Amino acid sequence: MNAVRFDHVSKAFGALKVLDDISFEIPTGQAFCLLGRSGTGKSVTLRHIVGLVQPDRGNVLVEERDIAALAGRELADVRKRMGFLFQNGALFDSMSVGDNVAFPMRRHTDWSDAEIRERATRKLADVGLDHDYDTMPSDLSGGMKKRAALARAMALDPAILLVDEPSAGLDPITAGEIDDLLVKTKQGGTTLVVVTHNIPSARVIGDAFAVLQEGRMLARGTLATLDASEEPLVQAFMHAQGGG
Amino acid sequence: MQQLAVVDRVGTGVLDLFASVGAVATFGARAVVAAARPPYEAREVLKHLYQFGCRSAPLIVTAGFAIGIVLSMHTRASLERFGAEAMIPAGLAIALIRETGPLTAGLLVAGRVGAGIGAEIGAMKVSEQIDALEANAVDAFKYLAVPRILALMIAMPLLTIMMDFSGIVGGYVAEAAVSGMPWRLNFERAFSYITYSDIILATLKTIVFGFLIAVVSSYLGFTTSRGTEGVGEASTRSVVMSSMLIILSDVILVKIIFFFYPAVSG
Repeated sequence: MNAVRFDHVSKAFGALKVLDDISFEIPTGQAFCLLGRSGTGKSVTLRHIVGLVQPDRGNVLVEERDIAALAGRELADVRKRMGFLFQNGALFDSMSVGDNVAFPMRRHTDWSDAEIRERATRKLADVGLDHDYDTMPSDLSGGMKKRAALARAMALDPAILLVDEPSAGLDPITAGEIDDLLVKTKQGGTTLVVVTHNIPSARVIGDAFAVLQEGRMLARGTLATLDASEEPLVQAFMHAQGGG
Repeated sequence: MQQLAVVDRVGTGVLDLFASVGAVATFGARAVVAAARPPYEAREVLKHLYQFGCRSAPLIVTAGFAIGIVLSMHTRASLERFGAEAMIPAGLAIALIRETGPLTAGLLVAGRVGAGIGAEIGAMKVSEQIDALEANAVDAFKYLAVPRILALMIAMPLLTIMMDFSGIVGGYVAEAAVSGMPWRLNFERAFSYITYSDIILATLKTIVFGFLIAVVSSYLGFTTSRGTEGVGEASTRSVVMSSMLIILSDVILVKIIFFFYPAVSG
């Protein structure tokens, strides 16, 4: 079964065409890396998957359900199966880091307070923030915020994890640790959709890749397919040494 | 040609105004419907009740006390000329309970709480925290707007009672300092012309004030754009629009009260 499928999706904001007839599918348990220059529609693609943006044309299917056709409890049920790491973290700044991670658990489970705290602490430990449960987001560095947001995205062990720039703002060692965590998460059966500029990181995490350019899919396939592509932009991307 | 341009500008402005009023009204109606459906977010309501109610209390009590003193001084200056100083506590209480207390409490809360709601929700909007709530399968409207609206509808009458009471105490202090009137006599005279209808109807109308402040401020927060500049604008507009709506609705509500309870107008 496909975890996510885009079927001829187009989206424009006013006169600006962001996605133009995009189609792809991500089989369950696979890590799909979406590459491309800034402003090519990668984040908008992720927002379509979680239903924050509706396509103008085409369909976005999540576990074979048209996300744009869902509302209320049905939409919430689909979203509960997903985790979303926003590009800037989007931590709730009125809550501590631990409460941010505990938030989805408090909302969607009947676990006791002690159990929630214990699980949230474990999630924070996975991203190296186990001593920051009571720290407020405003007291964290950019990289720490990103890691805390990743812990929140993974709080309910989602079936589909959407990750926008996981290594942006992180030092190489921490970025490597996050890559390892994402690989471990994928090995646990979670489908990953990763937007990144960091090609070395994408090579570690990804099973399938796509390159977006001006809202269109320039190339798509495995690492070998993209490495062999003669498209100059794809070549430039695949041979980039860093990023993020 | 120039006249046409003016007509066009005015017409566009009027249409925009109607569109905004319609959008706010729809937002308020949606809040009423959402409030009736589970989950009820009781914890959030209590949290905001504390923030809006308890944290506004010092401002309300201080303002009420000061207004009571000032009103007492003005009333004395007027009534002294007619030898009617004995009416000072009653005049003060009628003015405070029927109009000054509810309206001033509404305007103060619009400034303190309305600005806060607009800025807080606006900041959440521009920093994608509202999207993060939705992505976490939480209805952001129901989680952010509805509890604030309910909390302010509960807090407003309570704050108004505080303002009325502190105003009467302030009036007593001013009166006692000038004439040495005993507190028991002062309070007896203050409430001699006040009926339960005066207190209940004037206080209950502040539920509408609370609804208007929270709905307008939440709406402006949810529709914030353009980063921090937009947040500042949402905050300022929350205060301005809430205050205007409070004053306008006060006129209408007083008219309605007089229509259904003519005794109150006496």
